[in-house]
Amino acid sequence: MTDRTIDDPTTDATTDATTDDPTAGPTDGADPYGVFETDAAEGTVFTAGGGDWTDIAEEAASLGEERIVVNMGPQHPSTHGVLRLILELDGETVTEARCGIGYLHTGIEKNMEFRTWTQGVTFCTRMDYLSPLYQETAYCLGVEKLLGITDEVPERASTVRVMLMELNRVSSHVVALATGGLEIGALTVMTVGFRMRERVLKLFELVTGLRMNHAFIRPGGLSQDIPPGAIDTIRDAIPDIRRDISDIEKLSNENPLVKARLVDVGYLDLAGCMALGITGPVLRSTGLPHDLRRSQPYCGYETYDFDVVTWDSSDAYGRLRIRIEEMKQSLDIVEQTLDRLQESGPGPVMIGDRKIAWPAQLAIGGDGMGNSLDHIREIMGTSMEALIHHFKLVTEGFRVPVGQVYSAVESPRGELACHLVSDGGTRPYRAHFRDPSFVNLQAVAAMCEGGQVADVIAAVASLDPVMGGVDR
Amino acid sequence: MSERTNDETSPDRAGAAGVPATTAAPAQVVGVRQGMFGTHDAGDTSGYGGLVRTIAFPAPSVRPFGGEFDELADALTVALDAEGTAFDTAVESVVVDRGEMTLTVRREHILSVCRVLRDEPDLRFELLSGVSGAHYPGETGRELHALYHLLSITNNRRVRLEVACPDADPHIPSVVEVYPTADWHERETWDFFGIQFDGHPALTRIQMPDDWPGHPQRKDYPLGGIPVEYKGATIAPPDTRRAYS
Repeated sequence: MTDRTIDDPTTDATTDATTDDPTAGPTDGADPYGVFETDAAEGTVFTAGGGDWTDIAEEAASLGEERIVVNMGPQHPSTHGVLRLILELDGETVTEARCGIGYLHTGIEKNMEFRTWTQGVTFCTRMDYLSPLYQETAYCLGVEKLLGITDEVPERASTVRVMLMELNRVSSHVVALATGGLEIGALTVMTVGFRMRERVLKLFELVTGLRMNHAFIRPGGLSQDIPPGAIDTIRDAIPDIRRDISDIEKLSNENPLVKARLVDVGYLDLAGCMALGITGPVLRSTGLPHDLRRSQPYCGYETYDFDVVTWDSSDAYGRLRIRIEEMKQSLDIVEQTLDRLQESGPGPVMIGDRKIAWPAQLAIGGDGMGNSLDHIREIMGTSMEALIHHFKLVTEGFRVPVGQVYSAVESPRGELACHLVSDGGTRPYRAHFRDPSFVNLQAVAAMCEGGQVADVIAAVASLDPVMGGVDR
Repeated sequence: MSERTNDETSPDRAGAAGVPATTAAPAQVVGVRQGMFGTHDAGDTSGYGGLVRTIAFPAPSVRPFGGEFDELADALTVALDAEGTAFDTAVESVVVDRGEMTLTVRREHILSVCRVLRDEPDLRFELLSGVSGAHYPGETGRELHALYHLLSITNNRRVRLEVACPDADPHIPSVVEVYPTADWHERETWDFFGIQFDGHPALTRIQMPDDWPGHPQRKDYPLGGIPVEYKGATIAPPDTRRAYS
């Protein structure tokens, strides 16, 4: 073992003079971190001792075989963020697969306990960054259930929520397909996919003001109404999106290379899904038509006409086909919402209760989105009551009756649910999110063990985990 | 704030129209709020400084729970009887609130209750949606709670199980052998709340680093303030800032 010590400069001369080992350590004035002659000859030797190292070494020796453990990630593009896959390999075969997560943990749930109920939206929208509107909806439905105002949310608000969620399903599924395609070498699927996602994000920007992290859906309704002309713009964008979906279909559905990489890969049957709590496209790829939009409708989903897409192959290819078909179904729902919004005409998008609805009237100002000048002129100039009320509601927030609720929505990845506990205060006592990516990732071992290393990539891509949601 | 005691009487809520479950047991009072705004650091000048309001968690419900909840309770009673356990032995209390049913299960019975809920043909809760935790530091002797959200796809219904354990003895049997999906959920609950799930195959931290001290989601977890590079100013930890609840 090369002995590297940084000697005290005052004693350097004497210690070096008395050293009889010519290979030991830096000579006078040498850089202690530099390259030594001995390094080149034998390399730096590390010894591990203490703890259970002896047992581990003995176990490895007794097995009499070479085990290769490969860390795939956390920094690898095909792991969808900072997912660390710990693979034990026997040649090309994966004998054990484990996940290491937590690299993106940001303590959002804890943070939400120190913000008002309205501000909570701003936090939970950042969890799963590919489906922000689902977290917002799940959270707001939970708060509304706690407040007991579920039935008082204006219909227009629910319709816009459905429209945004279904557009979000399209933009999320297409990223799953695009990155999945990229990982198996189908680069055109990726370019088409991201072009299509861009179309959807432009619609989000038009409606909510932001491409992601919207904080647009609020307890009681929406932060504001959709802007004028939005219905026509969205309607005009749908044919382009449909054409992109068709392009992806042509590139992947019957592509022999895609089929060779995906068919019978990442197999997980219904029993496995139930045991591991898997929901979403992975569950539907086993043939079970479980969709919360159909079985436990919210936001008026029972009034929309759509199909629950299933496949019977339980593999990665089935999940690809389900995602493509679900995007088409989502666009059908979006068109239905647009018809309704057009028919119903303008109306309130926030609950009438002025103790919950923010009095703010947002408008595009010179510095971006802000309070409208008319509203500020009114509260500052003419109505002191309104000013007080505005101030109290925004800084202090509203109180939510004591209790706990569990509200679930069908996100692109499965059951996304929010468990909220209120102690009667102006802030959540506890907010927990059941993120489908977190649960679905548990299937990695079941899907990958016994398969090839290359199939791990395809199997994980078919789960479509988003680490922002997994780690929260 | 979060002091949960059962000895205080609650306003009688029984007999209210439209409430499916009549309440006989007192509501669980979690605390008392004083004054208009709930602040403690400054005088209340609103004229309502003497206002006192108790905050009560929904009281345990008594039969009939209403609709499908009675069916569920009946089926569970029969199935538990067949196992030789009385319903009241395994289940401490039942709360039906906001259309959701919460069964507070004694911790030694959680595994058998889960198994019955999963296997009984009338119940069939195939899917454990998740396990989350909650920390009520004021509830002496049952500070830590684990909450299991079950979904039956067959019968299209949900139920929540709540299991409490004292902070001094934070042990709850693991349900991984019944619901393998509980693996990561229980690891997360251990990580954030320090509840030890006995019988879990590998109860290690999952979100926080392995050598992290403490359990961050607990209410007594110390929070840090942020030093600001301006004349030595600091931003106080969020739990010590002015709050209105």
